[in-house]
Amino acid sequence: MSAAEKAQAAQSTRNGWLLSTPALVILTLFAVGPLMIVVVYSFLAPGQYGNIEWAFSLDGWRGILWTKDIFDDTYGLADANVTIFWRSIKLSVLTTLLTFAVGFPTAWFIATRPAKSRALWLFLITIPFWTNLLIRTYAINEVIRNEGLLNTVLIKLGLISEPLRIIYTDTAVFIGMAYVYLPLMVLPLFAAIDRFDMRLLEAAYDLYASRWQVLRRVILPIVKPGIIAGSILVFVPSLGAYVTPRVLGGGKQMMIGNFIDLQFGQGRNWPLGAALSLTLLIIVTVALLIYVKYANRDTAHGH
Amino acid sequence: MATKSFSVAKLPGFTATAVIVFVTLYLPILTLVAYSFNASQSVAIWGGFSWDWYVKAWNNDAVKDATVRSLLIAVCAALISTAVATMAALGTTRRKAFKGQTFIYVMINQPLMVPEIVTAVSLLILFGMIKQATGIQGIGYVIFAHAAFCIPFAYLPIRARLEGMDMTLETAAADLYASPWQTFRHVTLPILLPGVIAGAMLAFVISLDDVVITEFVKSGGQDTLPTYMLGQMRRQLTPEINAISSMLLALTIVLLTAFFLLTRKND
Repeated sequence: MSAAEKAQAAQSTRNGWLLSTPALVILTLFAVGPLMIVVVYSFLAPGQYGNIEWAFSLDGWRGILWTKDIFDDTYGLADANVTIFWRSIKLSVLTTLLTFAVGFPTAWFIATRPAKSRALWLFLITIPFWTNLLIRTYAINEVIRNEGLLNTVLIKLGLISEPLRIIYTDTAVFIGMAYVYLPLMVLPLFAAIDRFDMRLLEAAYDLYASRWQVLRRVILPIVKPGIIAGSILVFVPSLGAYVTPRVLGGGKQMMIGNFIDLQFGQGRNWPLGAALSLTLLIIVTVALLIYVKYANRDTAHGH
Repeated sequence: MATKSFSVAKLPGFTATAVIVFVTLYLPILTLVAYSFNASQSVAIWGGFSWDWYVKAWNNDAVKDATVRSLLIAVCAALISTAVATMAALGTTRRKAFKGQTFIYVMINQPLMVPEIVTAVSLLILFGMIKQATGIQGIGYVIFAHAAFCIPFAYLPIRARLEGMDMTLETAAADLYASPWQTFRHVTLPILLPGVIAGAMLAFVISLDDVVITEFVKSGGQDTLPTYMLGQMRRQLTPEINAISSMLLALTIVLLTAFFLLTRKND
């Protein structure tokens, strides 16, 4: 490289940084920077009326799973917290499984449509994806409420005499999350299946593979990156869900998101809220790192 | 696509499942829209067709305030995020990969990776500190919070557009003695424009839809349409909420259709 070329390359890099600076400033001030404050807050003592006191304390982190006995100052497992963590993980896993179970056939259906109508089917999945999450949660609420569409129809049909009490239960939150996050599963699955070479199926059937064997040994291994992407895209927002459990869980069936909210409201334990937020962030980051690792390994295979 | 035989690609039960999924996906939304035209006071019993709830929502000052505020925030957030995202997209494409580029990508995509509730809480703490120290109030906090999480949504379509762009056009312009500004103004920008508009529209929709971050960042009397609706959901529901939802839904569909036409025509 000549000196002139070197200077030009340096100039180009400098321009790259300069042009990116305004975006980086906004993101530092209003996205990344505030997270650092949360880290600091998680190591402070709670103030009496909310906020914090400037004294170092590990109580915020300890409070995630343990609670101090009011009589003898020993620490015991906080049952309420364990319940909330368990519910969050359980519902997020179930949501991921259900959205995959119904999302895979849906994505397959879209990908095997003729090129012309495929765009329309895809658009039909995209509309709910971009529709306000609150509106979709409210829509599913209208269906599963005690006097909602589902119960009205079932009673009219004479299948049940008493309304099914779904609303404000774990089941309601589960149904709601599966409903609102389904497009996030279908879209990456579609992207993976769309690239799938259908001639492989002919080859497999020619070699006397059964339908089950074709699905299990040919299709699923090839579309695996799409499955992992879809699962991450559903699992991560499910775990951090706030709106859906709040509306459909009726404030009782709390998930981690609502538990964090509680610490900044009535709970008046900001350090605990900060520590809980970071715990959530750590779990999500680990999930994303696993995804990146798998995604890279799969592309490495392709070469 | 002659090799794509349907009998081969068909798997048992898949089509039926897909049809059920599409019905399940749309039935609740259509029910919600249908009940916005319900003459009855209750959200459960159908009492005939009526526009009453739309009129009621239209005449409700709280709804009007929230709508104006939502639009103001979304317009400002979309303008700010699109402006900085366009610059960042120009900075991270059209040149040799440079050291630190990955860092810039990670920073830009950060809002997509952090759970909303975590960002919401962190901004609540930060803005609380600033408000206490300076006494400055106002809607600016919400606007900047929105602008930040809209950046990746504005950035991605613009970058996609730039990556598909023929770089020789810029070289040709430079060869014909165009100044860098003239090249940008008359060559790069016109080609880039559909991507910029698409990015701005996505940012606008994302801002308009936000509930969680707004709920934590807003001060008293700063409700947006989604936070107003969230507040209402604690009370006795009337089809007025359905009417507001339907209007928001219509706006989203119009914007999305425009977005698809815009990004598709130039493929």
